[in-house]
Amino acid sequence: MFVLVEMVDTVRIPPWSFQAQLNEAVAEELNKKLANKVVYNVGLCICLYDVTKLEDSYIFPGDGASHTKVHFRYVVFHPFPDEVLVGKIKYCSQEGVHVTMGFFDDILIPPESLQQPAKFDEAEQVWLWEYETDEGAHDLYMDQGEEIRFRVTDEVFVDTSPTGPATAEPDPKAQPGQAAPPPPPAEESGEKKEAPYTLIGTICEPGLGLLSWWNN
Amino acid sequence: MEVKNANAAMLSNYEVFKLLTDLKEQRKDSGKSKHSVAQQDLNTIMYETLKYLSKTPCSRQSPEIVKKFLTIMLPHKLTKAEKLQLLNHRPQTAVEIQLMVEESEERLSEEQIEELIHTLTGVLPGDPEQENAAGADVEMDEGGEQS
Repeated sequence: MFVLVEMVDTVRIPPWSFQAQLNEAVAEELNKKLANKVVYNVGLCICLYDVTKLEDSYIFPGDGASHTKVHFRYVVFHPFPDEVLVGKIKYCSQEGVHVTMGFFDDILIPPESLQQPAKFDEAEQVWLWEYETDEGAHDLYMDQGEEIRFRVTDEVFVDTSPTGPATAEPDPKAQPGQAAPPPPPAEESGEKKEAPYTLIGTICEPGLGLLSWWNN
Repeated sequence: MEVKNANAAMLSNYEVFKLLTDLKEQRKDSGKSKHSVAQQDLNTIMYETLKYLSKTPCSRQSPEIVKKFLTIMLPHKLTKAEKLQLLNHRPQTAVEIQLMVEESEERLSEEQIEELIHTLTGVLPGDPEQENAAGADVEMDEGGEQS
């Protein structure tokens, strides 16, 4: 689920932080910059693991702050393909079942990856599995808040860095390592904001789906 | 900013859990900038991740348990990713093992899968509430964990 990512960055420490130890000031700045943010093609950054190398600090004319090149390792949420994860059902829609893990929200299980045959109940806005046994068909509902085990099949990174004022289309030149803030989890805004990092999952295998389906 | 290696190492849930708990203790002790707007993202992600991880088996693990687990897993010849999933999820049924171990029908016989489940439940500590409930219901079985 989590990986260690080696990164290099120049950290700017403002003069009012000079009383702190360099290591602590650097750690604080790095966490301020990266924690809870998605880095394009890398994953959701959680927190600083350690600093491997601190190069010399420089002060440039016109700016009283010190600039230090730092080599560090960061803990990043980036499940590997086909990894099995457990989350909670956030809500269901026509697009599929939306799953959340608390710290990461944008997980979608599209209708074709649900246990088949599946049906969408419009009245209750919930997906259900029409489970056939010898005794007859049971409708297993995928209710909100239920714990669900799924397998990661795909991941989608979207570069949500700001575009220039003249162009309406997003800049195709992807910059590796560009941090972009994820959309706030519970906010309902007018325009649809694209999630910078989405996971596509499946529950179309024995053992996957609601935990309650498989616990004896 | 430059990403030198996007996949330098895989971390088990326990390692991340320990890191975050230690970081939380550290920030609680120093107490200075915890509430500033700038640290809000770190606070949010730490809180949510700890909340998620504390409900998984990793919250009951320790470095000795992880080491013992890896030593015991050596003869089974599983890949790193498979062992990591077993460590993080602590599967208790054959169906779960088949999900995490690729081509488990060809690589492991039924007895080996049963043996794997017993080893896992023996080495990795489980949820004490869950086990007490299970032990109370099922008396015919060999009996669950002795907590």
